[in-house]
Order: sequence, then C-alpha cells, then structure tokens
Amino acid sequence: MNTLYSKEIMKHFRHPRNVGKMKNYDGLGKIGNLLCGDILWLYIKVGKDKKGREIIKKASFSTFGCTIAIANSSLITTMIKGKTLGEAMKITKEKLLKRLGKVPPFKIHCSLLAVDGLSEAIYDYFLKNKKEIPKELQKRHERIQKHLKIIEERYKEYVSLEKKILEK
Amino acid sequence: MPKTSKRIYLDYAATTPVDSRVIKVMLSYFSERFGNTMSLHSFGQEAKQALEESREVVGSLIKTKPTEIIFTGSGTESNNLALKGIAFANRKNGRHIIISQIEHPSVLEAAKWLESQGFKITKLPVDRHGLINLNNLKKAIKKDTILVSIIHANNEIGTIQRISEIGKICKGKGVYFHTDATQSFGKVPIDVNKMNIDLLTANSHKMYGPKGAACLFVREGTKIEPLLHGGGHEAGLRSSTVNVAAIAGFAEAARICKREMKKEVKRLIKLRDKLIKGVLEKIEESHLNGHPKKRLPNNTNFWFSFVEGESLVIQLDLLGISASTGSACSSAKLEPSHVLLAIGSKPHQAHGSLRLTLGRWTKEKDIDYVLKVLPGIIGRLRKISPFKKR
Repeated sequence: MNTLYSKEIMKHFRHPRNVGKMKNYDGLGKIGNLLCGDILWLYIKVGKDKKGREIIKKASFSTFGCTIAIANSSLITTMIKGKTLGEAMKITKEKLLKRLGKVPPFKIHCSLLAVDGLSEAIYDYFLKNKKEIPKELQKRHERIQKHLKIIEERYKEYVSLEKKILEK
Repeated sequence: MPKTSKRIYLDYAATTPVDSRVIKVMLSYFSERFGNTMSLHSFGQEAKQALEESREVVGSLIKTKPTEIIFTGSGTESNNLALKGIAFANRKNGRHIIISQIEHPSVLEAAKWLESQGFKITKLPVDRHGLINLNNLKKAIKKDTILVSIIHANNEIGTIQRISEIGKICKGKGVYFHTDATQSFGKVPIDVNKMNIDLLTANSHKMYGPKGAACLFVREGTKIEPLLHGGGHEAGLRSSTVNVAAIAGFAEAARICKREMKKEVKRLIKLRDKLIKGVLEKIEESHLNGHPKKRLPNNTNFWFSFVEGESLVIQLDLLGISASTGSACSSAKLEPSHVLLAIGSKPHQAHGSLRLTLGRWTKEKDIDYVLKVLPGIIGRLRKISPFKKR
C-alpha cells in the first residue's frame, strides 16, 4: 500500500463524495490555476434550519488536480453540509489539515485550495443576494483575488488558454 | 524474478530491480573477496582483478578500451565529472559549453553551477519530438567552445538523438562531445568510435545492476580534472576505495544486456507499440509525447486532456501499476517537467502526462491489464474535473 498519503486522504481520493456540478446553486467558488495544476469549483446550496438560520443544504465540487486537491475538495463538502454559513466560515486551513492527516510539506498549499474555494462560494452567495458581507470574508476575497491577479499578470498566455479550455 | 506479486512495475526508467544472476555474482565480494583493490596481498589482488575484468566487460558494450572506463558512484557523479572535469581542465582554451534543454538535472545543474564560476552555457532547444537541430548545434559551436553535452536518450520522453551526426559535428569542430547515455546504455547498440563520442555516462541501476555503480567513458588523451582527490584510484580521476561488489554487479548486468540485447529490443518494441496503439485508440483525447520512431524500446509517455498526472499515478498505484508523471504536482518544486515544456507542451498538457517504462520482466499480459484499467481511471478523473463532463 502506498504510504505517501494518510488514510483520510486516500479514503476521499478513492471514493470522493459530492462530485459534480450543481444546477441551481446559490454560491460558486472558483479557485486555483492551471499553471500550478489545481482547479476547484465548489458549489453550495443554501437553505434554512428549524431556527431559521441560513445553513448549507448541499455542497458539491469539480476538481482538476492532484490527490490531495481531490481529497480535500471531497472532505470539505462533507464537513460543511448542515453547517450555518458562520460555522462554515470558521473552517480554517489548520482544521482541514488536521482532518487530512499527514501531508507532504510541499503539498500543503494544495490542501488549502478547498478552504479558499468555500470562502469564495459563500462570498458569491452573499454578493448575489445583496447581503452584507462580513469583514473577514471580504478580506479573504480580496486576498484570493489579488493572488489570482498576480498569477494572471505573470502568466497571461496560460490564463487565456485556461479560459479557452474551460469555455469548450 | 522479483516476487512483488500482483504489482506491475512500469517505471523501469526510474530504476530497475537487480537481476538474480547479478546478485549471485555480487555476493562473494562482500565477505569472501572483500579486499581493497589497492592492497598488495592476495585479498587486494583478487578485488583488483575483479575490478579490471569489470572494466573490460562494461567497456566492451560500447567498444572502448578497458582503460577508458572510469567507475563512479552514480550517473549524477559521472555527469558532474564530465562537465566540471572538462571545464576546469580546458578553461584556458575557452569557457563555452553547449548542452540541450532536455538534459537530466545532473547536467543542467552542473552547467548552472559552472555558469556561476564564469563559464558560458548555451542550451539548445529541441523540436516537438525532442530532437535538437543539427544546424543550430553547428552554429552554436564557437572558437571558445570546449564541450558539447547532449543526452543520448531522454529519460522522460525516450527520444533518441542523432548521436552519430552530433559526434561528427563535434569532431569536425574539434570540441569534446559528452553524452549522458544513462537510459540507453545496455538497451540500444552504442559504438563510441563510430559515433565519435569522447565521454559517455552509463549507470548500473537502470540496466538491472545494483545502485551505487556507474561509469564515465573518457576517451584516451582527453584533458579532464577529477572531482575527488585522494588515493589516486581510477587513474587518478576518482579517488575512493572501490566498491567492487557493485562494480562486479554492474559488469554482470552489462554482460547480460549485451548477450540479450537483440532479442530484448525486439520484444520490448513489440510491447511498447502495442501499449501506445492501445492507449491512443482506447482513450479519447490522448496523445503521445516524444518521437514516434526515434525512441527507446521501453519508453512510452502520454498526455491526457482534462486529467492531472499526480492523481493518475496514485490511482494506477491503487490498482498495482507503478508509473510516473511530469506533472508539477508531483515535483517538490511544483513546476511542470522541463522536458515537456521544452517540446512545447503547455503546463496543462504537462500536468496530464504519464510515463510508462517497460523492462525485462514486463509481460504482454501486463500491457493488456494496463489497457483494460487505464480508460476507466481516466474516465473517473475526467468526471471529477471541471473541464469537461463526460
């Protein structure tokens, strides 16, 4: 048996949960870039619980990427289901890493893809529904977008290529 | 041979298992014939004799004189010795060295270091199949060029360079020609005289010998400095107590390769071509990397649209198939393979690359198994991918 990755990572990699694009989603977070090789689209459907709080009813994902990228995409969709938006936003990179178990050091950044994807999906939901965006979420969104811009600037040729492929 | 039960090893370009016939030869050098080749007594002389016989056998595979073989500890060491040794011995004649863009890291990094020491490095580009342009090479050789180092067969895409033509050009221009033949030595015929090669790197663990033994062929009369100074072993070019067991194993591995090469090449080409044809037919949007004809008998390298190679390798591993990829996700540097980028692959193409390299214990049923399971794995990964719904 391969010992490169933890049991938890392999479990989700072998049998990823909640795979696929979602119709009628309420929020979509698109994250990653072709250059580094990982792209994640994370979909959420928002509903209300008995107490009237907004919760994530459904979540799904599409990922082009390595073992960890696929595993943590799957893992995060299972972690956020039924959670309020506030609770979901509290899922930090550290928490996800802890759940994933042993991660080779150079692969840690791939493990963070899902956290950013979730953050962007919630941001998308707030924005579309013209809700007040929490400060922390706004900050995260700006950081993610800034990073994306840097990559876009640096690798213009590839980013346009990426768009072409995605539009296919 | 290797009792690894249901695992199918298709990563022979990374390393090979040691042939049991080789192990048998090696065993006596650990506790019986363990002597130091520099000792005057019979233990030492036994070891010395084994060393010299090994030199002859290894050299005979590429038609060298025995004295032209310098044993080293690894392919990386041989490449470093070739580049740095030639550079420092000949710097009065010039400081320019030519390599290709698709060299092994041990050549690329040695060249980079030489650059920091005041040498000039030209990296020749390659075409989409991985071949250098011979006219480019001719034009690149200047008055101050002292060395051309071009990999014989590339370790990733398996492309075999037109080595005789390169040798001829270098000879005509009077510059030393080194080739890294780590992947081709013992697999395809090489004649250093006909091919006008001055220095050649070969490695034991890529041809069913043990790790820790390699060699550099250095043509008689070549001006070269050692990397390791000390007791003056290997004609003063590589001081270190000689690893006789590994070298005797290397020689036995060379002997077997020489004897079986003709048949083995034919067998591997048949399996290789079956695999290539099968993959391209069975899997939509699959492509072959490397040269369609000028390639190692045991090398296949593909890329699949909408699939990332690291997860593909792990999926294959779960089904018992050992493979390799040039995807950025698989490298600690998180950069796609420099070889795939050099042949014009876009990063997403390099991400989707898969190398399957065959060897002595690859059977036709192994190829059938790969062809049976690979389409399903690709299909699954594509289903997860946002790029395309299938």
